[in-house]
Amino acid sequence: MVMAMAGNGKSNLRLWGWRRANGRVGVRNHVVILPLDDLSNAACEAVANQIKGTLALPHAYGRLQFGEDLALFFRTLIGTGCNPNVAAVVVIGIEEGWTKRIVDGIAATGKPVTGFGIEGTGDLMTIAKAARAAKDHLQWASESQREECDIADLWVSTKCGESDTTTGLASCPTVGNMYDKLIPLGIHGIFGETTEITGAEHLAKARAATPEIGEKWMKVWQAYEDEVIQAHKTDDLSDSQPTKGNIAGGLTTIEEKALGNLEKIGRTCRYIDVLEPAQAPAKGPGLYYMDTSSAAAECLTLMAAAGYVVHTFPTGQGNIIGNPILPVIKLTGNPRTARTMSEHIDLDVSGVLRREMTIAEAGDALIEMVVRTANGRLTAAEALGHREFVITKLYRSA
Amino acid sequence: MTAPHLLVHDNKDTVGVVVVEGLKAGTDMLCVVTADNSSFRLTAKMDVPIGHKIALTDIRAGDTVLKYGHDIGRAVADIAKGEHVHVHNLRTKRW
Repeated sequence: MVMAMAGNGKSNLRLWGWRRANGRVGVRNHVVILPLDDLSNAACEAVANQIKGTLALPHAYGRLQFGEDLALFFRTLIGTGCNPNVAAVVVIGIEEGWTKRIVDGIAATGKPVTGFGIEGTGDLMTIAKAARAAKDHLQWASESQREECDIADLWVSTKCGESDTTTGLASCPTVGNMYDKLIPLGIHGIFGETTEITGAEHLAKARAATPEIGEKWMKVWQAYEDEVIQAHKTDDLSDSQPTKGNIAGGLTTIEEKALGNLEKIGRTCRYIDVLEPAQAPAKGPGLYYMDTSSAAAECLTLMAAAGYVVHTFPTGQGNIIGNPILPVIKLTGNPRTARTMSEHIDLDVSGVLRREMTIAEAGDALIEMVVRTANGRLTAAEALGHREFVITKLYRSA
Repeated sequence: MTAPHLLVHDNKDTVGVVVVEGLKAGTDMLCVVTADNSSFRLTAKMDVPIGHKIALTDIRAGDTVLKYGHDIGRAVADIAKGEHVHVHNLRTKRW
């Protein structure tokens, strides 16, 4: 078991990561082949197939988006490339204008990034040129070394999935205990899931660092309730929130789900800002809230785009989510899930239900797993090849 | 400490969560309140799956059900102490 604090009040947790040109610390060293748009997925996958050890991130969008939806799209793609778990990037787009916008956005971090447009060139010549650039970036990245960093360099996100009543009893409070111990050491934390706070919004508002930030949070929650839920619901959301899996696991109402969900932010930490989807935190170390969907792949893609490098994911019934650039640590308090889906679980905290383990002990075990993961241990989701990369879309394209 | 059958978040709660697999009707359950580690006994009136809720008291249709010390919805049927509480007798007040 690790101790989060040494006697002198300083962290004795040591982290070995890659310090990037902009000072941020990454815990993975991916060379990403990033498509600007759906049309460029094929070329990106061809490059990644040719240059072993690179990672293509195919997705479904990037054409005819406009307004706030387009701004979110660029923030997501540029943020993904900027994430410190990414060493270098090749961008391929159907045309050069928006491709350059992505390249320039990522280049601001100082990391190597090269862009290619397909129009006027065709897939085959583009693939040949992009593969050469990818090979150069990969060989460059393969020679960079991990170095010792401070635990405060970690950015740790959280979001839970396929929750049941055991998540509120064990795995979510375990994450909360981790934040209560690591936020004071100077890490960045983040939680989101706007719909899933419904029923606990008064409690979430009260956990803001100041009344103004609490009001900002309440506006975000109310806007989602008014503009999305009330505008689009048919009968009610009881078939979707809670999910079928939640209900099978014993969760009955959104209020019950929300109260368990909010256990992830612990007892003492308070959030210091409310972020737009995929917006990078800018107020320094501390806990942040991001306005996200509660769908796991969308939420994790947004948190990765905001710069988070390790994710803690409590699950009850066994959500199997992963992310291509963000290692996702799965923890469960459900003994049946730990037994029947063991290949997906990184940390079993079902001892909390048997009263064999306290929440504080479970929190220490999670901190140890976060540090081991940051230092190179592959998560279950990484070993199993889960690379769900899903862009949040606000409305129909033009 | 003996492993409990049922965990309760808060002393104000009117439901608790089954934390063992294969709980049978008639079981004399050890119930623990996580807020203060206090314990009590309660007889399960039904077979209830792990993770599902059991009423700690008689609940009338229309009553607010409490868990974590907070409102988690409204009972839509009378529920006797020891019975299963779920979508058949508890509904959200939202949406």
